[in-house]
Amino acid sequence: MNFLTALFNGLSSGGTYAIIAIGYTMVYGIAKMLNFAHGDIIMAGGYAMFTTLLLVGHPIPALCVAVAFCVALGVFVERFAYRPLRGASPLAVLITAIGVSSLLQSLAQIIFGAGSKMPLQLQVSGALKLGAFSIHYNTLITLAVTVVLMVALTLFVKYSKVGRAMVAVSEDRGAAQLMGVNTNAIIAVTFGIGSALAAVAAYLMLMKAPSLTNTLGAMPGIKAFTAAVIGGIGSVPGAMLGGILLGVIECVSLSIPAIAPFTDAIEFAVLIVILLVKPAGLLGKARREKV
Amino acid sequence: MSTVLAFFKKPFIRKYANYFILALITLVFGALSLSGSLKMGNQFLLEQIAIAMLLAVSLGMVVGFLGELSLGHAGFMCVGAFLGGKVSAILVPALGTNANSILVLVISLLVGGLSAAVFGMIIGLPALRLRGDYLAIVTLAFGEIVRNVVMNLPEQLFGATLGLETPRFDRKYLFIIALIAVLACLAVTQNLMRSKHGRAIISIKDNEIAARAMGVDITKYKLFVFTISSFFAGVAGVLYSYTQSRLQTPTFDYNYSIEILVMVVLGGMGSINGAALAAALITFINFKLQTVLTGNLSVLQNVIYSLILIVIVIYRNAPGLKAFREKYNLAVLLQKLKGKRAETEEKEDA
Amino acid sequence: MSEQILKVEELNVYYGMIQALRGISFEVNRGEIVSLIGANGAGKTTTLHTITGLIHPKSGHVSYKGQDITHIPAHKIVGMGMVHVPEGRRIFQGLSVYDNLLLGSYSRKDKEEIKRNMELVLTQFPRLAERKNQLAGTLSGGEQQMLAMGRALLSNPELIVLDEPSMGLSPLLVGEVFEIIKSFREAGKTVLLVEQNAKKALAISDRAYVLENGVITMSGKAAELADDERVRKAYLGA
Repeated sequence: MNFLTALFNGLSSGGTYAIIAIGYTMVYGIAKMLNFAHGDIIMAGGYAMFTTLLLVGHPIPALCVAVAFCVALGVFVERFAYRPLRGASPLAVLITAIGVSSLLQSLAQIIFGAGSKMPLQLQVSGALKLGAFSIHYNTLITLAVTVVLMVALTLFVKYSKVGRAMVAVSEDRGAAQLMGVNTNAIIAVTFGIGSALAAVAAYLMLMKAPSLTNTLGAMPGIKAFTAAVIGGIGSVPGAMLGGILLGVIECVSLSIPAIAPFTDAIEFAVLIVILLVKPAGLLGKARREKV
Repeated sequence: MSTVLAFFKKPFIRKYANYFILALITLVFGALSLSGSLKMGNQFLLEQIAIAMLLAVSLGMVVGFLGELSLGHAGFMCVGAFLGGKVSAILVPALGTNANSILVLVISLLVGGLSAAVFGMIIGLPALRLRGDYLAIVTLAFGEIVRNVVMNLPEQLFGATLGLETPRFDRKYLFIIALIAVLACLAVTQNLMRSKHGRAIISIKDNEIAARAMGVDITKYKLFVFTISSFFAGVAGVLYSYTQSRLQTPTFDYNYSIEILVMVVLGGMGSINGAALAAALITFINFKLQTVLTGNLSVLQNVIYSLILIVIVIYRNAPGLKAFREKYNLAVLLQKLKGKRAETEEKEDA
Repeated sequence: MSEQILKVEELNVYYGMIQALRGISFEVNRGEIVSLIGANGAGKTTTLHTITGLIHPKSGHVSYKGQDITHIPAHKIVGMGMVHVPEGRRIFQGLSVYDNLLLGSYSRKDKEEIKRNMELVLTQFPRLAERKNQLAGTLSGGEQQMLAMGRALLSNPELIVLDEPSMGLSPLLVGEVFEIIKSFREAGKTVLLVEQNAKKALAISDRAYVLENGVITMSGKAAELADDERVRKAYLGA
């Protein structure tokens, strides 16, 4: 029973990872860059939520404000930090992204202080009881939100005009331009979608553990990137799979006392092993280097 | 003044100017310190500067010359600090010497450096298959694994959450030793880069496929650079352990790796002296700012550094700013200044 | 003389320090097939890229239907009625054939017209219709070229710019591709063609330009060029 609970928790925290990982993987697929600051967009969303809660006191408007704020922030960062570097070396782009990440974290600390904030209004109490087995409502909400978002996103990419353009840009930017696709606009939209998902992830994280600091998104961000890599970067289903897998590994590891403290190390070790054995990830396409 | 300048213009001296300057600094401050006229704060500052220089120059080898991003440099430092620190913590009582034993120091430096080098080689292995963002994330993962494992091993090993108690070396001498280590690191790096091997490494950075086609053994060089680079990170870690009475794992988180990266980037990627200079400058500024910026304001320096990092990288790399860069850069401005000065000198001569 | 649809004046294009085009000027009239022929590296593809806005020249002008488009980005040019079928086809392998075709109509909003256009293209290229829902990456080289051309037609272009459409195809398919290009003209479209296969290109073209090291060295009626001694020696293997 203990194991089953761990599994369920794993699915739910895996769902959160998946939502974050999609942000990484879409941006990576379309803009060909690792947006190192993605985790910090989550954090920014957390603070936007917290501030709205102080003013309004209800979680739904807080979520809406956070989504809007994250989208604006993500698009802004893309426009002013990453777009000038389009066509520059990947190393330069990655270093800039790291700079943005550290900038967002320090700005948050200056504005809100180093202490942890507690947006308690986001908490959901109670659990669904089925005999001896109980699932916290948090877990159920997270799972439901994850599934809905995944389905919506898959449909969007597959059947909308913008979604098609996204796939086209990720495959061949030049050819997409020749079709009349404004690649800059598509990349901006991608950042917007990723950032909106980050805001949702912030909500889910704070709902489970209402403790908000400027590093809220740092570790989950890195782990979600790990998840994206495990699934095969650039692949949306891969990000979902990787996220869930990572969440399950995490919760199972946490439920075994002997190895619980080493959970972080185990997760990262999984990443390294998968990269060595299957560099393109589980569902990724091996990319040949052009000669 | 002009004689000093003339001295530095001699070709031999010019080639090794950085050694001379560093050696001079070591001698002057060393003499001051030994005669007791250097304040403790300044000794501390010099230690910190030397450690930062070691870290920046060694990371610069990977980032600047190999063109690969390592986000785990603090992890290698962590390995060196804890293993070297553990060795000195055991040896000092075992040999019955005091904390200032040079023998113990040398042994621990070697142990720390070599163990970090071994890890560097292990991490270098995936680096042979992975490039760019993937490698960056693997090094980051490595750093986090090291920290996580060190922190959660039984307390008698590395002190767990309490931290590892390590002997503290006399401040009077430690920075001198650290500066000598920097000299060694500079010498190794510089000779490496100016050798046939160095050119090979640079050729890898510019175009791996071309380098391979020309018969450069990529695997060997990448591994070599990774190993050497981690060795010096480990040495820096051991030196750091001597400046602390208790080593704590959170020190070596990935933000620390990023701080080192900032130094390398500010120094101009690929420039050894640039990295060393930037490391010294940033450490100095941080030290001076610490007293001014307290509480949440202390983060202000992070804000400034990240902004500088972003602006510099964009300025140096943005394709759209190419024309602007060619018009306004340091070399061109200096050239203009020189041209003007030459003109005025000519006039004066006339 | 019919109306000028494309006019290129004194184009100078650089890749870093290397000058790829040196003062290229030419024009294309409505309803014509015009060929650019030349050796590898002569600057043919660069010329096309400059015309459709993928790269921008250091100096010189490109005007389309009397409007200066030199500095208009590539994605806006499609909407103006000029489409570029790039070298190597560059279809989107991970998308279905149908989605590829739909992307061709990306810049258009007239849903009804697009639908009609789609039907036309699918009747013209029955093999694409058969494989509508297949991933484009699974098509053969010839089918991929058909897809690239069909995709271009869906933007409802007036001027089609084709870069090496016969490259890597079997002789039979090459003939088919040139037939399709001729059908473009019959449908009232204008074609600017870059080809390695100078013989076939000259055979279907109205006029042609010879490009050497970034300079236009000869120009004239295609039939006359095909008879020219120098052209025959250099490009027709005779």
